[in-house]
Amino acid sequence: MTYARPRIDLPGQKTNEIGLALHDYEGSLSTLCAGCGHDSITAALVQALWEMSIAPEKLIKMSGIGCSSKTPAYFVHGAHGFNSVHGRMPSVATGALAGNRALIGIGVSGDGDSLSIGFGQFGHVIRRNVNMLYLIENNGVYGLTKGQFSASADAGSTSKRGEVNQMQNINAVATAISMGASFVGRSFSGDREQLVPLIKAAIAHPGCAVLDVISPCVTFNDHQGSTKSYAYVREHRHKAMETDLISPRAEIKASYYAGDTHPVRLHDGSTILLRKVDPDYDPTRRNNALGFLERHRSRGEIVTGLLYIDQNVTDMHTQSRTVRTPLKDLEFERLNPGSEALEKLQLGMK
Amino acid sequence: MKPTDTSNPEYFHKVVDCQWGCPAHTDVPEYIRLIAQGRFDDAYMVNRESNVFPAILGRVCDRPCEPACRRGRMDEKPVAICRLKRVAADHRGDITDRLPVAPTEKNGKKIALVGAGPASLTVANDLMPLGYECTIFEAQSVAGGLMRYNIPAFRLPIEVLNEEIDYILDMGVEIHYNHRVESMKELLDQGYDAVFVGSGAPRGKELKLPGRYDTENIHIGIDWLESVAFEHIDSIGKRVLIVGVGNTAMDCCRTSLRLGATDVKVMARKPREFFKASVWELEDAEEENVEIVVNHSPKEFVVEEGKLKGMTFELMEYVIENGRILDQDVTGEVFIPCDDVVLAIGQENAFPWIERDLGIEFNPWEEPMVDEVTYEATRKGVFFGGDSAFGPKNIIWAVEHAHQAAISIHRHCHGEPLEDRLPDRMNLQTRKMGMHEWSYSNSFDPAARRKMMHVPLEVRFTELGKEVELGFDAEQTAKEVERCLNCDIQTVFTDSLCIECDACLDICPTQCLTITSNGEREDLVQRLMAPVLEHEQPLFVSHELKQTSRVMVKDENFCIHCGLCAERCPTAAWDMQKSLLEFPQAVDYVRGNESGKRPCQQRKAG
Ligand SMILES: Cc1cc2nc3c(=O)[nH]c(=O)nc-3n(C[C@H](O)[C@H](O)[C@H](O)COP(=O)(O)OP(=O)(O)OC[C@H]3O[C@@H](n4cnc5c(N)ncnc54)[C@H](O)[C@@H]3O)c2cc1C
Ligand SMILES: Cc1ncc(C[n+]2csc(CCOP(=O)(O)OP(=O)(O)O)c2C)c(N)n1
Ligand code: SF4
Ligand code: SF4
Ligand code: SF4
Ligand SMILES: [Mg+2]
Repeated sequence: MTYARPRIDLPGQKTNEIGLALHDYEGSLSTLCAGCGHDSITAALVQALWEMSIAPEKLIKMSGIGCSSKTPAYFVHGAHGFNSVHGRMPSVATGALAGNRALIGIGVSGDGDSLSIGFGQFGHVIRRNVNMLYLIENNGVYGLTKGQFSASADAGSTSKRGEVNQMQNINAVATAISMGASFVGRSFSGDREQLVPLIKAAIAHPGCAVLDVISPCVTFNDHQGSTKSYAYVREHRHKAMETDLISPRAEIKASYYAGDTHPVRLHDGSTILLRKVDPDYDPTRRNNALGFLERHRSRGEIVTGLLYIDQNVTDMHTQSRTVRTPLKDLEFERLNPGSEALEKLQLGMK
Repeated sequence: MKPTDTSNPEYFHKVVDCQWGCPAHTDVPEYIRLIAQGRFDDAYMVNRESNVFPAILGRVCDRPCEPACRRGRMDEKPVAICRLKRVAADHRGDITDRLPVAPTEKNGKKIALVGAGPASLTVANDLMPLGYECTIFEAQSVAGGLMRYNIPAFRLPIEVLNEEIDYILDMGVEIHYNHRVESMKELLDQGYDAVFVGSGAPRGKELKLPGRYDTENIHIGIDWLESVAFEHIDSIGKRVLIVGVGNTAMDCCRTSLRLGATDVKVMARKPREFFKASVWELEDAEEENVEIVVNHSPKEFVVEEGKLKGMTFELMEYVIENGRILDQDVTGEVFIPCDDVVLAIGQENAFPWIERDLGIEFNPWEEPMVDEVTYEATRKGVFFGGDSAFGPKNIIWAVEHAHQAAISIHRHCHGEPLEDRLPDRMNLQTRKMGMHEWSYSNSFDPAARRKMMHVPLEVRFTELGKEVELGFDAEQTAKEVERCLNCDIQTVFTDSLCIECDACLDICPTQCLTITSNGEREDLVQRLMAPVLEHEQPLFVSHELKQTSRVMVKDENFCIHCGLCAERCPTAAWDMQKSLLEFPQAVDYVRGNESGKRPCQQRKAG
């Protein structure tokens, strides 16, 4: 009569390059509704981080408010974290990663958190190109406050009680691309095969990688009339792209290039392989990407895959010419040169 | 793969590994839960229904259930199933009013049973309540067979034995002691409606080496143990060699120590991995400072002037690969002095008293030809069971043979075909109580197996019949019951309800679940969340799921029956349901009793 998830290390259990088991990337037991898409995304994050052998202490998980924003508690219990106020995760992330550029940042947000209350912050973290994975768990509602339409709800879709949404929706992906994001993808919580490699590519990408993951809310938005239900998304999905992340150490097999496949080499030496499912698509050209998205949206289709990538956009640290060393590792004298140095600086501004 | 038919009781039966491993299909997890609740009487009765001798078996069962136990696969030891059986038996109250009773009005059918070992006793147990008149002929002056005069009292106390045998005899079984059946022909001529042969495998194997018959100090193990049990022998020399390393050898060496031997060696021809004795019996013997000597092959008994001096052995060397001996070599010879030798190298069944012209056929090895389903011999109306049927096995097998033979006897006496057997039955019932509440202890307890405490060595040898094992105390019991994974609380899947949200896959602590596209088995197993390690354990494959036409696949192997999948499923597509399996016994074949009510069936599902 208990509800606790035991840790069971089975004989023959696999470990990653740094000797950790998948279990080591888990967090505390989810308190979300059973069947929530957010939990599947959590599992995909666990899988991706384990496969990438990321040391838990190198990771920082940040979020705002919402069911989605609770999920950082459910993966990698050994990582750093910050659960901020509603819609303010981008500020906290910007600060944290400005202070310690060696951290791997993951921000988990919701459609309400990012596209309603936090819409302004969302735009600026993209503009600054803060090196992080910005993951929106998109369910079309405010789950935590019992299912009001969020800014991502499609016009004409209905709530559980039958009201029709009159307002136009904010399309997270199109918004991000048009605001100059360097990496934009969309996926579905119910498709782990697509999601895990996308997460890995997003983490490897040197800049702000926005992933809009449709994540059905089983309790308030999984009915007929919803455009974010398991059934609707499965029926209307259009896969544009499959992604693979090849680590710098791994050899690239010829078979990876079968079909319409393009490698995108990243600065750290790893490679993102893009396998086009839809030949009518080029994710490295902004106008092509936006046009493609719009064409399919008008047909009622939900495009998924890595939709736009430009790894040459400068990131926050380059833009601001910040010091290479994480602030915590700077000697005190360099971090705090003293009042004399301050005075000198101020004199120079006179 | 084809969707799994879970309505076939065999599927869920295989998931309950202990019950599948038990020849008599004892409902282990059910009785363990009853013990956990302190319901010892109920736990005892659940046992008795299938294995008839819970107190006896709780001490000396061969325990095929334990190596099968799922818990043993989680990188640890199995649940101490046998020890818990003893707990149920030791702590039961007076259950006599729950035992089967024989009706005063008989059905007019008379059955003769040869021997009063566990096999015959079980046949009587099953048939007496149906109105049969059972008559046992037993060569010895007491009942119990090898359980009484070969299994030593320090493992199985006489009172324990008597009590459970009396439960059966007290139903009014007619038993003739000191009555060895010398002629099957004569027995058949007496007009019984059926004859059951439960005479065991009473002949110990010989070791015909030079010197064998030149001294009185070489004994056949099972005969020697019998003489000890009947107090015809009460001493042995100081230095004893036991030849052979099976369970009989273990009883012989430990008995020797209690009769005055101080230097006891068990001589094995092969290395340890080839020993026949159960691990725990070896451990118990070694705890008593018995020395186990490997790679010694007996060559000669050295007898001088009628006095045994010792034995010579050839020193063996083996080439072993993957647990098999590929080659062997003699590297030398050694003489080991001793005062007595006990031969414990096996036993066989022997039927000098069955005439060979009665239509009861024997194979070239002088073993009776017995049907493996009906236990009938080639002569109609004659049945075999226990060690007499297929050679020496153990008590629990004898019991299961007897249950089956009893069904056949009943069918035979009513002119019904023996081969037509009732199917096994299964009843599934949900264990959900509410949010996060299941009516069984579903949490996983990482505790290690509790260790049985033993009487100290110095006390042990003061008295031949001093029981060595103390039994579990309350604290040990409380811990051990929680180790059981409740494998009978099944994960039952309703495919039409699944919305493919993956919640169950993600929560499962052992990754037994996968949703993937269907395929042939070899292909499918490549795509599971965790590698398939136990190929014997069947895979569950659902029908196609509604949204994507993929299938839910479950590898039962590592399921710990924690219920988290059912807990996290938003649509209750997974549910935890107790599988109550019923294996028909003779009583279920009685006309008008199709409802399945058994005289002793007073179990309540816990
Ligand atoms: C040393 C030893 C230790 C063992 N330890 C264990 C153990 O720990 N656990 C376990 O499960 N099993 C153990 N076994 C095996 C187990 O005892 C037998 O498998 C089991 O008793 C077989 O039961 P049965 O009814 O077939 O025959 P038996 O128990 O052999 O009973 C046969 C009976 O028939 C009688 N009989 C034989 N011929 C005639 C005749 N012609 N007329 C009348 N009566 C006759 C015999 O006197 C005997 O009473 C052990 C065996 C030995 C030898
Ligand atoms: C400043 C502020 N305003 C409003 C709220 C109430 N509130 C809590 S969660 C939430 C919406 C969350 O929606 P979303 O980000 O989509 O997350 P979901 O629960 O759907 O995953 C709101 C409005 C709040 N906590 N703080
Ligand atoms: S864990 Fe319990 S139910 Fe499962 S096989 Fe072992 S004893 Fe039987
Ligand atoms: S009961 Fe369900 S969650 Fe628990 S181990 Fe078995 S399949 Fe996994
Ligand atoms: S939790 Fe239930 S609905 Fe979800 S995938 Fe599992 S069985 Fe299907
Ligand atoms: Mg939301």
